[in-house]
Amino acid sequence: MAEKIGVYVCHCGTNIGKTVDCKAVADYAKGLPDVVVARDYQYTCSDPGQEMIKKDIRELSLTRVVVASCSPLMHEGTFRRAVGNAGLNPFLFQMANIREQCSWITEDRHLATERAKAIVGAAVMRVAYNEPIEVKKVPVDPNVLIVGGGITGIEAALQLADAGKHVYLVEKEPTIGGYMARFDKTFPTLDCAACILTPKMVFVGQHENIDLLSYSEVIGFQGYVGNFTATVRRKPRYVDEEKCNGCGTCETKCPLSVPSEFECGMGKRKAIYRPFPQAVPSTPVIDREHCLYFTKGVCKVCQKFCPSGAIDFDQKEKVVDLKVGTAILATGFDLFDPSRIKEYGYKRLPNVITSLEFERLTHASGPTGGKILLKNGKAPESVAIVHCVGSRDRNYNEYCSRVCCMYSLKTAHLVHEKTEAKVYEFYIDMRAFGKGYEEFYKRLLEEDVTFIRGRVAEVTDVAQEQSEKGKLVVVAEDTLLGIVRRIPVDMVVLSLGLEPRKDAVQVAHTFSISRSKDGFFLEKHPKLAPVSTAADGVYIAGSCQGPKDIPDSVAQGAAAAANALSLIDRKEVELEPTVALIDEESCSGCKICVGLCPYNAITFDSTKNVAEITVALCKGCGVCVASCPSGAIEQQNFTNRQLLAEVEAICA
Amino acid sequence: MELSTRFEPKIVGFLCKWCAYTGADLAGTSRIKYPPNINPIRVNCSGRVDPTLILKALASGADGVLIAGCHPGDCHYTNGNVKTMRRFKLLQKMLDQFGIEKDRVRLEWVSASEGERYARIVDSMTENIRTLGPLNWKSKIEVVAQ
Repeated sequence: MAEKIGVYVCHCGTNIGKTVDCKAVADYAKGLPDVVVARDYQYTCSDPGQEMIKKDIRELSLTRVVVASCSPLMHEGTFRRAVGNAGLNPFLFQMANIREQCSWITEDRHLATERAKAIVGAAVMRVAYNEPIEVKKVPVDPNVLIVGGGITGIEAALQLADAGKHVYLVEKEPTIGGYMARFDKTFPTLDCAACILTPKMVFVGQHENIDLLSYSEVIGFQGYVGNFTATVRRKPRYVDEEKCNGCGTCETKCPLSVPSEFECGMGKRKAIYRPFPQAVPSTPVIDREHCLYFTKGVCKVCQKFCPSGAIDFDQKEKVVDLKVGTAILATGFDLFDPSRIKEYGYKRLPNVITSLEFERLTHASGPTGGKILLKNGKAPESVAIVHCVGSRDRNYNEYCSRVCCMYSLKTAHLVHEKTEAKVYEFYIDMRAFGKGYEEFYKRLLEEDVTFIRGRVAEVTDVAQEQSEKGKLVVVAEDTLLGIVRRIPVDMVVLSLGLEPRKDAVQVAHTFSISRSKDGFFLEKHPKLAPVSTAADGVYIAGSCQGPKDIPDSVAQGAAAAANALSLIDRKEVELEPTVALIDEESCSGCKICVGLCPYNAITFDSTKNVAEITVALCKGCGVCVASCPSGAIEQQNFTNRQLLAEVEAICA
Repeated sequence: MELSTRFEPKIVGFLCKWCAYTGADLAGTSRIKYPPNINPIRVNCSGRVDPTLILKALASGADGVLIAGCHPGDCHYTNGNVKTMRRFKLLQKMLDQFGIEKDRVRLEWVSASEGERYARIVDSMTENIRTLGPLNWKSKIEVVAQ
């Protein structure tokens, strides 16, 4: 029986219509084999557009539908649903992309129209070979994996746990809290970071629906949407979390002090330690690299004094498998390493410090008890704040790190508030885009801070005149005055930009997601699906997707939780429809496909002497199809006949 | 439009839907211009591209074929692209024996964020094949068949 194909060419307003003669393409389609109707329409994805297709399916008894419009990534789902609603199997539909890969790539109307005809022609030839597919559904595991216990992960975890879903929160460090736990005040409200963060941390630690796996890393992630298995490595703390009551006696008694990472090396911690007093969980960890027992075989003082017998030097690394239906990645960011910019003198000039070091200096529980001091213990008389360190710079990162302008203003405010120092801010542009941000900038303008518009060229201790002796000289072109200025100061604070984490490559690989050009995780759509990824059931939130401030991170954490919740409450998901199937009659039993399948979905039945595919494990890559010498394997919706039809139509 | 006698090569592009196809979409969304000589066919993975399909394309009148997949290590299906790479080496030897120039069939890695890279690959491929001229493999095969 001949097929009855309907073809719909979309103008997409002027997006396609401007460069493609849509009417000519529709007229061309009318002449193609088995096409019974071809129309061009302004917005095919609109309700009337979809209705038009449904009406034609009913009235003209269409058996196949082609829509030539945008990328299938945009509206394939929309049209499949429309076709399905009209009673046709959704897979008897084919999309022809004449926007992203046609009308937008050239301004030549003739070429674009010819190309659109070729694309539509290929889709029409292919659709004749499309076959109906019944999509299988499987239940969704309601448990959620959240990777990263910064403010983003905490927010996501609490939202889900409060909704009654079980959450596994995996954190690499000994405590949750992330960068926010190290900050003093937050812009623009000057809220105390600890006061708003630590209650949330405590909720996480106590929540009956949250399993907190701190000091742990996800090393494997297998399965498919709704049914994943996460493999987590739990590093040994050498302290039993069940027994420890968090009294801190071990920390007091431990004889060995080493520089604290939490304090950026400016303060000390013990070899058995909690990064900070409000750490969650409150169980300390033993730093194996420094601990006297592990390095020299003597000491065990902590064990001796521990009132609950929680110290366990024999603890071993554990690997656990967690069953989850969805995952949220909230792995955060790394700070730019300023020693890469040699001319700023970080590490070489003692009073050139980073913005994070400044946070610790000004923090009440930091190494100086909240006093802003120079390395010699004196208060600075003048401080320079340098914006965009590692950001907006072709040599390092081209993007704007979004948060530095505002936290630099906060730095200026704190210096002004706590010291008598004169404050200079060196900025390129002031970006105060958020709620209350511009007002905060105005406030600082009135606080007697000197703003100098210009990128700092260098920070030097080489004096050119008397007033510069013993000072750090900040050299910058003042672009408003058009002159080079040399400002002698006592302290320089480098406002560091945000970068993708160094392990972002591996994390992306583990979870089968992509990264954008700047190295951050790639969202499914920059505007409409900001926390989804190309991998169904895997969401991203916070600064792992790109630099973000706390309000945006929290919003994304909640958004990712809502996405996961919506999937869980659907209760079931559709399985990948484009799976491979083996024709037993044609299979020669060569077993080539068995070894090639990345998911071990193909097994060999030695009684029948044929290969077999476990459909639930198949993800539809099609590698086996391309490698079968007997042509015995076909991939649903990507059969050889379908692809050949496209090839032949293009080459005709 | 000015009529030109310039040879416009016909290129078939097999694009992995996770990376190269999305990258090609991005090129369009970013309004990057490139020659409309490539005709994309969307596949789930470059690993699905059976060498037979490539030969069929050349035999049916294509002047060139591009296979574009994820960068090694980034494959959505773990390592489908590596399997493509191995197959491609063998195919290249075969094409060489057929006398088909190397520049006509290319395997490239294009990530979802590399719209610009995709456009430049199509640029250079179109230019190279334009210099080589039409393949006309179809008529050559027909002559041999007779």
